[in-house]
Amino acid sequence: MSALAEHEVIDRPILDPALAPPFPVAALPLLRNTQLRGNLAHAIDVIQARRARLVEEKTDWQALRAAASQIKDEALENLGALLEQFEERCTRAGGKVHWAADAAGARKIILEILREAGVDQVIKIKTMTSAEIQLNPFLEASGVHACETDLAEIILQLGDGEPSHIVVPALHVNRGQVREIFARRMGIEHLSDDPKALTEAARNYLRQKFLTVPAAISGANFLIAETGSVVVVESEGNGRMCLTLPQTLITLAGIEKVLPRFNDLEVMLQLLARSATGERMNPYTSLWTGVTRGDGPQRFHIILLDNGRSSILARKTGRQTLRCIRCGACMNACPVYRQTGGHAYGSVYPGPIGAILTPQLEQMRHAQSLPFASSLCGACYEVCPVRINIPEVLLELRARVTDEERKGLSRFFDPMYIGLRAAHAMFSRARLFHAAQRAGRIALGFFTRRDGWIHSLPGVGAKWTVSRDLRGLPKQTFHEWWQGRTRGTREQRRYRA
Amino acid sequence: MRASLFITCYNDTLFPETGRAVVRLLERLGVEVEFRAGQTCCGQMHANSGFRREAFCQARRLVRMYADAEAVVIPSSSCVAMIRDQYSGLFEDLGDEPLRREFAALAPRVYELSEFLIDKLGVEDVGAAFPHRVTYHASCHGLRALELGERPFRLLGKVRGLELVRLENPDRCCGFGGTFSVKNGGVSSAMLAAKLDDVLRTKAEFCTALDNSCLMHLGGAMHRQSQGMKTIHMAQILASTEDQPAESMQ
Repeated sequence: MSALAEHEVIDRPILDPALAPPFPVAALPLLRNTQLRGNLAHAIDVIQARRARLVEEKTDWQALRAAASQIKDEALENLGALLEQFEERCTRAGGKVHWAADAAGARKIILEILREAGVDQVIKIKTMTSAEIQLNPFLEASGVHACETDLAEIILQLGDGEPSHIVVPALHVNRGQVREIFARRMGIEHLSDDPKALTEAARNYLRQKFLTVPAAISGANFLIAETGSVVVVESEGNGRMCLTLPQTLITLAGIEKVLPRFNDLEVMLQLLARSATGERMNPYTSLWTGVTRGDGPQRFHIILLDNGRSSILARKTGRQTLRCIRCGACMNACPVYRQTGGHAYGSVYPGPIGAILTPQLEQMRHAQSLPFASSLCGACYEVCPVRINIPEVLLELRARVTDEERKGLSRFFDPMYIGLRAAHAMFSRARLFHAAQRAGRIALGFFTRRDGWIHSLPGVGAKWTVSRDLRGLPKQTFHEWWQGRTRGTREQRRYRA
Repeated sequence: MRASLFITCYNDTLFPETGRAVVRLLERLGVEVEFRAGQTCCGQMHANSGFRREAFCQARRLVRMYADAEAVVIPSSSCVAMIRDQYSGLFEDLGDEPLRREFAALAPRVYELSEFLIDKLGVEDVGAAFPHRVTYHASCHGLRALELGERPFRLLGKVRGLELVRLENPDRCCGFGGTFSVKNGGVSSAMLAAKLDDVLRTKAEFCTALDNSCLMHLGGAMHRQSQGMKTIHMAQILASTEDQPAESMQ
């Protein structure tokens, strides 16, 4: 055990929105971590190139996107009825449906089921929703060991790491690091970093779990209201093992996962694999409805989790956030995510979707720096398979943060707030704006060097001059030039006359 | 044809040479240019920082100021994107239906510079000469919000003596993002460094764009690193002729 403690990762990222530092602060150590940024850029480039190729070959890509966003909007419009329909169909097929209003409620239900099954270990399929409710540490503290079976999740669990991406959670870890973690935690003396050897090590580790642990926890990619079925897509087949071998299966699903009809999968599955991993079809698509006698898990529980989702549903602009099918394409396309990776977002949902989802799930109590963690370049919206206008939602959330700030005293100490209010006063009257330009020219004159450039500024300005110079203000604004010019022409006209 | 120039607040203050170039270019093409003295800002900075009420006031100011304009020309793609993408929503949300209708009438007459040249005037060859090696940075708003597409390349392609070098990763943001560049200075600088690598690799003499905000960002880093490359707004390239080369190349 002492060896483990020795290797514990320092500066473990905090993925709890209530405790995480603001984005700009959390980003700093990551920006300095050249190894992590190298791993990240390489992995993203690979996925991006694959995605681009496969999207290009789909001539009806835009029509698919439109269809998918319509299907999701329809589902959200009728969410209550569809969930009840799902409950009825699933129950009829032998499943047990539970409703959880929040994370604590969901954790409690899961623990009770596991206690009833009398297990002290449970195997898990990669599920973001279980990370959202911080299930693993809770189970651990309650005496149940949750064992991840997704390769990337194993790497993180054994290496004491945190996910940095929703589809490829160990995106930031390279092969050498995986070798080190496996050798240390699986007690393998001579392990090469050949992918085949690493997979073999994971397979041996997993096989023993699959054959002995009698309960599993999964997430869900889709729920089908029409049939009461659950859909899980994955790449490795480890999920399929979890879904078929144990006697007890617990599925945790956000309420927004429901689709009206079985046929809707036709659209969704075409978009999901291409957007997520750059594949035409994901290798394993598991579909089941309740319990089948004598085949697969004989006890099936599904927990429908709200945890802030219905408050998002009530928002006019924010509602589209719930269309998300967790493909991760937005993070792969995002130039901000590319620089920092996922850990800066202080949540299990990183990247552009995290920047809008997390603060809304937290009902704006936490993660208020996230809506500002974007240059609004729009790359996320361009790639989103369900056409979530992420920049639009970011702007709406920024307005909510600002409106909150208007009520508090902190605004009097925020140079940004003061500056923007002052700028507003200026922009409301051209004469004031012009006076401010003249004043600015004098003030910035003190910082302008002989070459006409400003190399360093105090206060907020220092955040600009940290990496960029600023050209000094020109002697004449455009409107001053224009005034002089028209005066000139009028005089010339008079002269000619 | 009479065009009303909305210069934008930061071009007025920081890049008057861009405005002068637009005037010179349009007048050379036979367009009568007018400039309304009361103009200030389109509201983008406030809207993008969460100050929607303030942005609303500026948007209202702009719509009323140009209600009777034949065409409004704006040499800044992000400001045009602000007007096109955000004004309707602001007027709708902050409850001013008559204003929303007034805006709907104005909107089709608001042009980004390259749109005005190609779509409205129908010219690609503006008679410019600029004998330099140039690379073009597609600003995110020009690329995705306005979908300018090949317009800038068609214009640059007709400039005499200009050698165009295409940029790698042309759809990647330079990291400016308005107040983002200050609020998230560290990340913004990292994005800038990545972009600058691509830009410098072109070995061009000039990096041009249809948005001075990106150019201020890239140019600021070029100057900090004492790089030989300079930035120049495309209006200045298009205004430049054999007799009268572009003024004030920063």
